[in-house]
This record gives sequence, structure tokens and C-alpha cells, in this order.
Amino acid sequence: MEKIFQKLSLASATVVFVILLGIFLTLFSSSKLAIDEFGLDFITNPDWNKEIVIDAPISSENSIIDDDVVDDNDDEIMDEDEMLFDEDNEDGITKTVYGGLVPIVGTLLTTLIALVFALPIAMGIAVFLAEIAPKNISHIVGIAIELLAAIPSIIFGMWGLYYFAPIIADLVGGYQVSLLTAGLVLGVMILPFMAAITRDSMNTTPGVLKESAYALGATKFEVIKDIIFPFSKTGIIGSIILALGRALGETMAVAFLIGSIFVLPTAINSPTISIPVAMANNFGEANGLGESALFYLALILFIISFGIISIAKFYFLKKAK
Amino acid sequence: MRLIVNKIFLSLSVFSALIGLAFLAWILVTLFIKGLGSFHFGLFLNDLIDGGLRNLIVGQFILAGLASIIGIPLGMAAGIYIQEYGRGRYPSIIRDLSDIMMSAPSIVIGAFVYAVIVVPTGGTSGYAGAIALAIMMIPVVINTTDNMLSLVPKELREAGIALGASKYRVILDIVIKAAKVGIMTGILLAFARIIGETAPLLFTSETSNYFSLDLSESFPSLTVSIYDLANEPEESSRDLAWAASFILTVLVLIINLTGRFFTRHKD
Repeated sequence: MEKIFQKLSLASATVVFVILLGIFLTLFSSSKLAIDEFGLDFITNPDWNKEIVIDAPISSENSIIDDDVVDDNDDEIMDEDEMLFDEDNEDGITKTVYGGLVPIVGTLLTTLIALVFALPIAMGIAVFLAEIAPKNISHIVGIAIELLAAIPSIIFGMWGLYYFAPIIADLVGGYQVSLLTAGLVLGVMILPFMAAITRDSMNTTPGVLKESAYALGATKFEVIKDIIFPFSKTGIIGSIILALGRALGETMAVAFLIGSIFVLPTAINSPTISIPVAMANNFGEANGLGESALFYLALILFIISFGIISIAKFYFLKKAK
Repeated sequence: MRLIVNKIFLSLSVFSALIGLAFLAWILVTLFIKGLGSFHFGLFLNDLIDGGLRNLIVGQFILAGLASIIGIPLGMAAGIYIQEYGRGRYPSIIRDLSDIMMSAPSIVIGAFVYAVIVVPTGGTSGYAGAIALAIMMIPVVINTTDNMLSLVPKELREAGIALGASKYRVILDIVIKAAKVGIMTGILLAFARIIGETAPLLFTSETSNYFSLDLSESFPSLTVSIYDLANEPEESSRDLAWAASFILTVLVLIINLTGRFFTRHKD
């Protein structure tokens, strides 16, 4: 009995390892088709689901590489061993190309906007909870902030689309669905999470250190700046990176707001798409190469978030044994 | 000067706390106004096909419940292994991997389950959805069990062993009992988290307009249907989405507060 129980618990622990490895291998094998087809050029190619003609007679007026022009029809890109032409070139076999640049850029930019927006507010909230508010108020506000973190992300998306985005669009101009509105709603969403774990890091500062500084006549600001921040710096950075990882993979809050078009954003208030949203919206209809390309995107997202979280965990948030 | 800087800084900090609370209030007030405006008890009696939400609410609970049946024992057993049985580096590797798994993008987990279950079985199903949610839940349960068991004093375990109890008896009857409240809270919070998930269900369970208890087919999901309804042009669909969001949020918050109430009770 003892042996069985021990084996069962070991097996359950191994399940974690198996699932993670399984995710990685599955994503890799499912995106094999797209990886073989596009290789690493996938990351820099801005065209998604575009019909092109291959093996056409080579003419001289093409092959200009252009990253920041949005206009799809003018983009011509050189592949390793084949030229990609516009649809208007009649002769030759057509094939569909998929490139991941737009969703990759969209994911990184929305995350960046969310971070820039949420970081100062989250730090302020954390300082308020950890140092300023009296205990009972800190407790109540702390619970309220944690409840905000518990609200399902799809609610943030709906609220963002119908109530938040119109106000932002009025202020800034441009579309209601855009990089900016998606990033800001994402920021509101990661705000409570970031504030809560930053507060926890700050609370690890020993009271003796703070009291000594106060006894030397330091103001609260000086104590926070010179004692608490240096002491809990690595913990705070770790918290920020964890929040970043969460923002990168968020689907629903962004899906309502980003506009879901495969076009590189020209301005902060223009619509685009992110990796999770590209998956959410296109997975159902995709098959063959298209589906494989979506898995390729998923693999890229998984690797990015795996890397970011590993850095946060192993470098900044090392658990003291 | 120092005092002025101090004042400014503290005011900014209080101000940002107010901003945080304002967002919470804004979202909740919106939900209450829009949600209560389209809320009526008929929503609990009819299925989506007749303009109600009954099948979706039942379906979401079944999905999350089945995920819990899979995820809680697995997660707890893994947590027990890490704290009680593990030797050498393996337990801490599992702990780190579990933390990484906890932060894995939920849509990627959906894609994984799609590839390993939906494709081989030939279509979306309630089972696939529940498994996707279980994968979301396992690391959270591991984390809670791990943390809570580490708080149980060593003396309790030693006392049990000294009485001649076998190790698994000590773990089940003494250690788990001592950590019960904390683990329960963690499990409730994990349940609250997965019941509001949408992304892992999009291409695993999908959703259905009809009442169904057959887990081998596309299964009604409240969250996936909210996404579908909110994107439809008709005002009536969107009102239904708001009512559904309201119900979902109230559910999640109640489960969450219940969990917190338990922990407070203990102190």
C-alpha cells in the first residue's frame, strides 16, 4: 500500500514533465509542415494567407525587401531560393504563403503598451498597500485588487470594446479597435496581478531596516526609495516579468479590441493582430498549411513565454531554500 | 524640499490606488447595469436555442467539474510527492516546471489538446475541453499543495511515525488534515480561475446551443458562447452576452470570496 501510494505520487509529479514535453513536441510536429515550407523567414514575412505565383519567368523589376510598408500588394519579398511575385503575374503555379511578422509584432507591441501603462500604477498601488495605508484599509483594498484579478479576461474584453475603447478613441482619434486600446485594456487586466505580487515582494523587507531609516529621520519616500526598492528589487523585477508573460499569452481581452487584421500597424491607433488572437480567430477554418502555420505561431509564443518565465523564475525569483 | 517630494510621491501612490479601484468599480458597475438590465430568471430555465442560458451554465460547470476530478487528485499527488517523497533534484525540477506550466498561454494549451485529442478523436468534445481545463488547473493545485504542506510542522509527521503509522497514513491522516483549509482555499481559487476560462475551450469543447450531457460531442460552454454572442451584430445577442457575463462574474467572485472566507476563518 505504502509503495503504491509512493509510486502514484511520483507518477503524478511526472505528469507535469510529460505534459510540458508533450506540448513542446506536439507544437513542433504540428508546425513541421510550415517550418519546412517557410523556415525562419516566417518570422520576418508580413504576408499571411497570400496567394503568390512561383516558378514564373523571372523578370527583373521585383525583389525589393521592404519591412515597413503596409500596402500588401506592393510588397515583394525574396525567399531563399524562390522569388515571390504578386498575384497579377499570371503564369506559373500559385501557392499560399504564411508569414508571422504581423502577429508577432502585434503581440510584442500590445504587451509593451500594457506594461508601460500598468507599471507605474501597479507600483503606486503596491507602495500604497505595503507602506501607506493603515492595516485594515490595506486589507480591504488588497482584497478588492485581487478580485479585479479574478474577473475572467473575456469580461475585460467586452467592457473594453463597448465602454473603454470609445472613450480612448475619442481622446486619441483613430479606430476603436487598435493596438492602443488593446494594449490599454491588457494593461488594466495585468494591473492587479502585478500590484499584488509587487506588494508581496515589498512586504519581505525586514521591519528593522525600515525602522532604522525612520529613526535617522528619513521621510517615507526616502525609506521606499533607498531601503525598500533596493531590498526587494529582484523580486519586483521578477513580478514585472511574470506579468509580462501573462500579457503575452492573453487571448480574450485582446481578441475584442485588436481588430484582427493581418496588417502591420502604421500608428499606435491602427488595428492589427496578435498571436493568440490569430489562433483564436483562424483555427476553426484553417487546415493543412494554414493550420500548420498557426501551430508555428503557437510554438513561437510558447518559446517566448517559456523563456521569459524561466528568466523570471530562475534569475529573479529564486526561492530561498 | 524633502518633505514636498515625500508629499508628492505619497499622493501619487494614493492616486494610483484610486485608479485601480476606479477600474474595478467601472467594470463592476457596467456589468451590473448591463447584466441586470437583461437578466431574468427565465435565463435559467431555457437553453441558448430558446434565448436562455441554462445549457451553457450547466455545461460550464460540468466542464470545470470534470477538470477538477482529473486535476485535483493529480495535482495533490504531485504536490505530496514534491514535499513528502521527493529526493534529490527531481522534486525541485518538477516544482519549476509546474510554475512554468502555470504561466503557459492558455490558447497554446488549447492548441495542444486540439492536436492530441480533438484531431485523433475526429471532433471537438466535452472531454477535450475538460482535459484542457485540467491542464490549466494541475499546476495551480500543485503549487497550493506544495506551499501548504511545507507549513505543516515536522513534529506532527514525526509524532505519527513514532506511533508506528506508515508514511502514507501519516500523510493522509495527519499532514493533509493539518493543511486542509489552505489546500481547500487554493482549490477553490483554482476552480474560480478555470470556470472563467475561454481560450482553452475555443477549439476543444467549442460550444453548443442545445442542452447536452454527452461529453463526446461539442459541449455547451458559457464563456465560448459569450464570445460568440458578443461578436454578433444583433443587440439582443449582445444583451444576452452581458447577462451571461454578469452571471459568470458573480459566480467567480462568490467562489473566490468563499475561498478567502475560509482562510480568514482559520486565522
